[in-house]
Amino acid sequence: MKIHEYQAKAILRSFGVPTPEGEVAETPDQAKAIAEKLGGGVVVVKAQIHAGGRGKGGGVKLAKNPEEAFELAGKIIGMNLVTHQTGPEGKKVNKVLVEQGLDIANELYAGIVIDRGSGKPVVMASSEGGMEIEEVAANSPEKILKEYVDVEHGLQPFQARNLAFGLGLSPAVAKKAVPFFMKLYRAFEAKDASLMEINPLIVTGDGNVLALDAKMNFDDNAMFRHPDLPELRDITEENPYEVEASKYDLNFIKLDGNVGCMVNGAGLAMATMDIIKLAGEAPANFLDVGGAANAERVEHAFRLILSDPAVKAVLINIFGGIVRCDMVATGIVEAAKKVGVKVPIVIRLQGTNAKEGSEILKQSGLNFSVASELEEAAEKVAAVVK
Amino acid sequence: MAILVNEDSRIVVQGITGGEGSFHTKQCIDYGTKIVAGVTPGKGGQEVQGVPVYNTVREARDKQNANVSLIFVPPAFAADAIMEAADAGIEVIICITEGIPTIDMIHVKNYLKDKNSRLVGPNCPGVITPGVAKVGIMPGFIHKKGSIGVISRSGTLTYEAVSQLSSRGLGQSTCIGIGGDPIIGSPFIDLLKLFQEDPDTEGIVMIGEIGGSAEEEAAAFIKENVTKPVVSFIAGQTAPKGKRMGHAGAIIAGGKGTAKEKMEALAAAGIHVAKSPADIGETMVRALGK
Repeated sequence: MKIHEYQAKAILRSFGVPTPEGEVAETPDQAKAIAEKLGGGVVVVKAQIHAGGRGKGGGVKLAKNPEEAFELAGKIIGMNLVTHQTGPEGKKVNKVLVEQGLDIANELYAGIVIDRGSGKPVVMASSEGGMEIEEVAANSPEKILKEYVDVEHGLQPFQARNLAFGLGLSPAVAKKAVPFFMKLYRAFEAKDASLMEINPLIVTGDGNVLALDAKMNFDDNAMFRHPDLPELRDITEENPYEVEASKYDLNFIKLDGNVGCMVNGAGLAMATMDIIKLAGEAPANFLDVGGAANAERVEHAFRLILSDPAVKAVLINIFGGIVRCDMVATGIVEAAKKVGVKVPIVIRLQGTNAKEGSEILKQSGLNFSVASELEEAAEKVAAVVK
Repeated sequence: MAILVNEDSRIVVQGITGGEGSFHTKQCIDYGTKIVAGVTPGKGGQEVQGVPVYNTVREARDKQNANVSLIFVPPAFAADAIMEAADAGIEVIICITEGIPTIDMIHVKNYLKDKNSRLVGPNCPGVITPGVAKVGIMPGFIHKKGSIGVISRSGTLTYEAVSQLSSRGLGQSTCIGIGGDPIIGSPFIDLLKLFQEDPDTEGIVMIGEIGGSAEEEAAAFIKENVTKPVVSFIAGQTAPKGKRMGHAGAIIAGGKGTAKEKMEALAAAGIHVAKSPADIGETMVRALGK
């Protein structure tokens, strides 16, 4: 799960990580009032969307006074912000964060992720603040300092010192950076974060260390022990098809092609997308109906796939294991009758009771094309799309 | 011979009184698997599918000589269940549970470091040695006794591969789902080593997917240590970047972990890479030169 910058900063502050002072606004009036509350001087107005690259896209502006904050907030709220992460369609801005302007002496980077290879969280720091870390990793990997954390003990002060002095900070600034890293890690651990990025982490002219930006993602599997986190979810940031799918516990991801897919199991669902591509067409979605592909789930899945106007045909690929193909077939027939399918459907059933399932489909009177092998199914669906 | 589970495997099912635990216990027994005990704290003394239930794994091991565990415990309690099995001296722990927090699995792996247990999973279909023991949720009938070892990060895609092998007359020595999570008990390498040493295994099918670098590490390992033919397929060649494809571990993060990178690394190590998921069985037929 992803959250907004202002929400991440609130979490960080609760762990004692210094951030600039500021508040979130949904209207220009609110933005002006916040700027006044911050002393009436220079403030930064920052668009709150989940994607990165907001500055380059025109979503982050400096305002000299509260009046200018009012004006800029008026322009940014409601704008369609396009960044390299939003895709060309962009993202509508609903909120802005209004923060005090600071005297920045140095821009650095700090990040924490779980390193899958070593099975440890890794705290990273770099002198290249403000840059995309992937770019730094590709071009000058030596500029990324890494400390791997033993989770039984947590990040140790010496590791934080390695990072602070490794960045070339003066002893006075390092003295502030060390507790900064320690608190950052504590927040990461306590909230079951899967990713945390402070980019940039800044040193001010008077030697203070603050999180100027903040990004936090969370481990979806750990939500059961964080009842406060789901409240931070902003569904306007998500693909509407995916939001709809999540209501029915369907694993769904919208893609650009025009062959809708319904598959049981994530690996087989990916493989089905791949074979559609090999047959010369492109998948419209990833959809795992899960182990319990019953009539109700199939119906929801059908509605979801068919609500996408780009879908010209549907490929259903079910490998029956514990789930019996005849049950799935019955579910497909029932759902198709209810939903009123208008595009060609190719169904491939394999595994437990596949024959019985195919028979049910053939006798349904509905216009299904049945295949028994994977390749045959992909070729059939590609042929009807052309 | 086979690997991980065989005639001598005596299985304890943790979470046996739950819906899934009880259902699959019956399926495994029907296949001929020796399920000797179940564990659900507080339900000791009961019976499920004719199997005695105990309060602790230690008790199940002491009373029934259990040496393999099959776990269906819900995600919030699964890490504890794995550690309990390891502490009781269970040799092979197979965890089916999906949805265990990543940090919990890191703690589990640390805990297992000085134990003599091997963990398979979590978030996997389990392990089957065809004709001998089914310790998981896979459909038994698609398997056939034989000499191909199968290792996979997926569930139903593994069934697909197995069915392609069986229909071409290629039976399996043992099939293992290693799990779709970012942190798992047994990576490809650990099992490739066992298959290489297993005299009953002639060839190996390795099914990977996007995310992480386990396939690249396996490629390097195979090049140096595996002499048996290896066939591989990587799912997610058309997956977009930055999106989690169902499995918690199936994500291209920061441009890393793409199917292309993995397929290139595998091909460079001399592995037979099937581009299409429909060609896994046929590629193995060719690799064996039969």
